[in-house]
Amino acid sequence: MSILKLHYEIDGEDFTRAGEASASVKKRLRQLGVKPDATRKVSIALYEGEINMVIHAHGGDIDVEISPEAVRMVLADRGPGIENIDQAMKEGWSTAPDEVRSLGFGAGMGLPNMKKNSDEMQIETVLGKGTTVTMAVYL
Amino acid sequence: MTVNDIKNILDCELISGEGYLQQEVLTACGSDMMSDVLAYVKDQSILLTGLVNCQVIRTAEMMDMICVVFVRGKKPDEDMIQLAESRGIALMSTSHRMFTACGLLWENGLRGGNSLS
Repeated sequence: MSILKLHYEIDGEDFTRAGEASASVKKRLRQLGVKPDATRKVSIALYEGEINMVIHAHGGDIDVEISPEAVRMVLADRGPGIENIDQAMKEGWSTAPDEVRSLGFGAGMGLPNMKKNSDEMQIETVLGKGTTVTMAVYL
Repeated sequence: MTVNDIKNILDCELISGEGYLQQEVLTACGSDMMSDVLAYVKDQSILLTGLVNCQVIRTAEMMDMICVVFVRGKKPDEDMIQLAESRGIALMSTSHRMFTACGLLWENGLRGGNSLS
């Protein structure tokens, strides 16, 4: 298997379409015969990230690189940035408005769940500029 | 237990996915918070929910679920039905409330599966 690169532009205005990129990556991993456990981890981590980009950051770009060793994901947004990463990593802590909760998200589980489902995760954030989350799931 | 058994136990209206009625269901979960489904659910193959939007179908897809049951008589819209059909997920609606629907399935032997630490 050679290295496969995928790019997605995430529309921050359309909550209905959030998850399309994750679904597309999941389909690719299945086609490539990646193990179900790893496929599930990538799907959950990426979907949580994609939802975050839509509800907090007006969308952005997702780049995914699939190699025989790992799936590497870079989620870059131009949103408000994260004021306190330690706090954002705590389960149950959320800045999501009630409107987002009524859609079934915003329980403060997104970032912790991304960390739980990835083997590597880094967050780079600049207030007022945006956040880039890099994750890897080993195959 | 099959999807069809669940349909009968909960007196569901089948909305889409007739072809999946004979699929086996080993465990189930019930939640209106998709955040919690993504964080706490492991191998449950059916989701009971009172939430109605496209992300319910997406969440079920990410978790490899085969069926979504909408409680309290809620009905998905056409976009959701199309999405579920394209992803191989059956959709049903029951007039029971969440607590009763879960209780009926439990009474008939369906369990929640292993909890995650």
